[in-house]
Amino acid sequence: MASFWEYANPLKFMRTTDWLLPVVAWAAVIVTAVGLIWGFFFTPDDFRQGSTVKIIFLHVPSALMAINAWIMMLVASLIWLIRRHHVSALAAKAAAPVGVIMTLIGLITGAVWGQPMWGTWWAWDPRLTSFLILFLFYLGYIALWAAIDDPDTAADLTAVLCLVGSVFALLSRYAAFFWSQGLHQGASLSLAPGTRIDWAYKAPLYISMTGFGLIFLALVIAGTRTEIRARRMKALVARERMA
Amino acid sequence: MRALLLRDLRLALRAGGGFGLGLAFFLILAVLVPLGVGPEPDTLALIAPGILWVGALLACLLSLDRIFALDFEDGSLDLLATAPVPLEAVVSIKALAHWITTGLPLVLVSPVLGLLLFLPAEAYGWLILSLLLGTPALSVIGSFGAALTVGLKRGGLLLSLLVLPLYIPTLVFGAEVVSRGTQGLTVGTPLALLAGITAGAVALLPFASALVLRINLR
Repeated sequence: MASFWEYANPLKFMRTTDWLLPVVAWAAVIVTAVGLIWGFFFTPDDFRQGSTVKIIFLHVPSALMAINAWIMMLVASLIWLIRRHHVSALAAKAAAPVGVIMTLIGLITGAVWGQPMWGTWWAWDPRLTSFLILFLFYLGYIALWAAIDDPDTAADLTAVLCLVGSVFALLSRYAAFFWSQGLHQGASLSLAPGTRIDWAYKAPLYISMTGFGLIFLALVIAGTRTEIRARRMKALVARERMA
Repeated sequence: MRALLLRDLRLALRAGGGFGLGLAFFLILAVLVPLGVGPEPDTLALIAPGILWVGALLACLLSLDRIFALDFEDGSLDLLATAPVPLEAVVSIKALAHWITTGLPLVLVSPVLGLLLFLPAEAYGWLILSLLLGTPALSVIGSFGAALTVGLKRGGLLLSLLVLPLYIPTLVFGAEVVSRGTQGLTVGTPLALLAGITAGAVALLPFASALVLRINLR
């Protein structure tokens, strides 16, 4: 078994993802399609919510991935700061736009769901508020990447921002829960017995969650490959100029 | 270190702009809000704590880019980084100087603006106390943002995008102290959390700011 750290070598990373990316991408397409089609067309309507309950198959997976994307960025930033692997920094950079889109999907599907159920598109509910705050943190992170020219400085600064931002994002979450009572229900899924969702919904939900995870993975790999190629191109252009 | 503090204070006072600007902005905000929402005392009294806290936040933000930018441009920041005083201490002193020239005047002036906004009588004490506890955190967090964007030419807008989300917990707990205090509820929890955020930020963030400054000076 090769060490995980081998993939810190961009060449090795590129060679592995050459075959890995299509596999993950197709798996993402198939699993998401199965999950969503099952969820949308082959589940019964809820007795109170009607067919609007089916938004859950988009809402929960995207919300999950929005948070996981930030956690992945945090881990990748730590690896960059500690072990200085460029692939890690580039993966963190590639994850941010995907995370933003996931956050947006979560917010928009939530609004669409909230309109018929709560009678409002938006409420200053702690969960909704902390998600909006997460969105702002993502924007700041991406803006800082975009603003700095030198790639290593940008990687360093954004990694520190990601660490500090994580602490404050967590604090903001607690602040939001302290500040207002919510309309939003608690965690939809939990490992504890007596869960509140029937298997008829849970099975396709798990499948679409896996699908969204695979989509995230595929997009991050693709984004990282693009960044590595862009970096290599810059190096080639620089070498050309020197010659 | 004391020399650095005095130097920063003197620069802020004499170089014009920085010192009075934040206060003037705070005043203008307190004038604009009644013009925008109407002069009814009841409405204004309701939103006054929030307005004053948001105003303090924005006024603080306004002068953040001056913390490091001028020293970065004329090279004195490089000298400070190579000086025997650790950069963490330099960052803390600069944040302190920012607080003395921005945060403290805001605290002192806030009762007057509270008067303009019909702040209820029982809220004044809590407003001053919460601002006194919270504004140091604003300066320290702000100095981290300023350190991040110090090398950038168009850093101003980016600075606000980076710093404002970091201000959220302070704002929430600060405004909560005032509104709970006004309603006569117990304020122990938000007050302790506000003080905790300030203490944590003052203790830990200078290290992050110094790290970021070293990266930017490399």
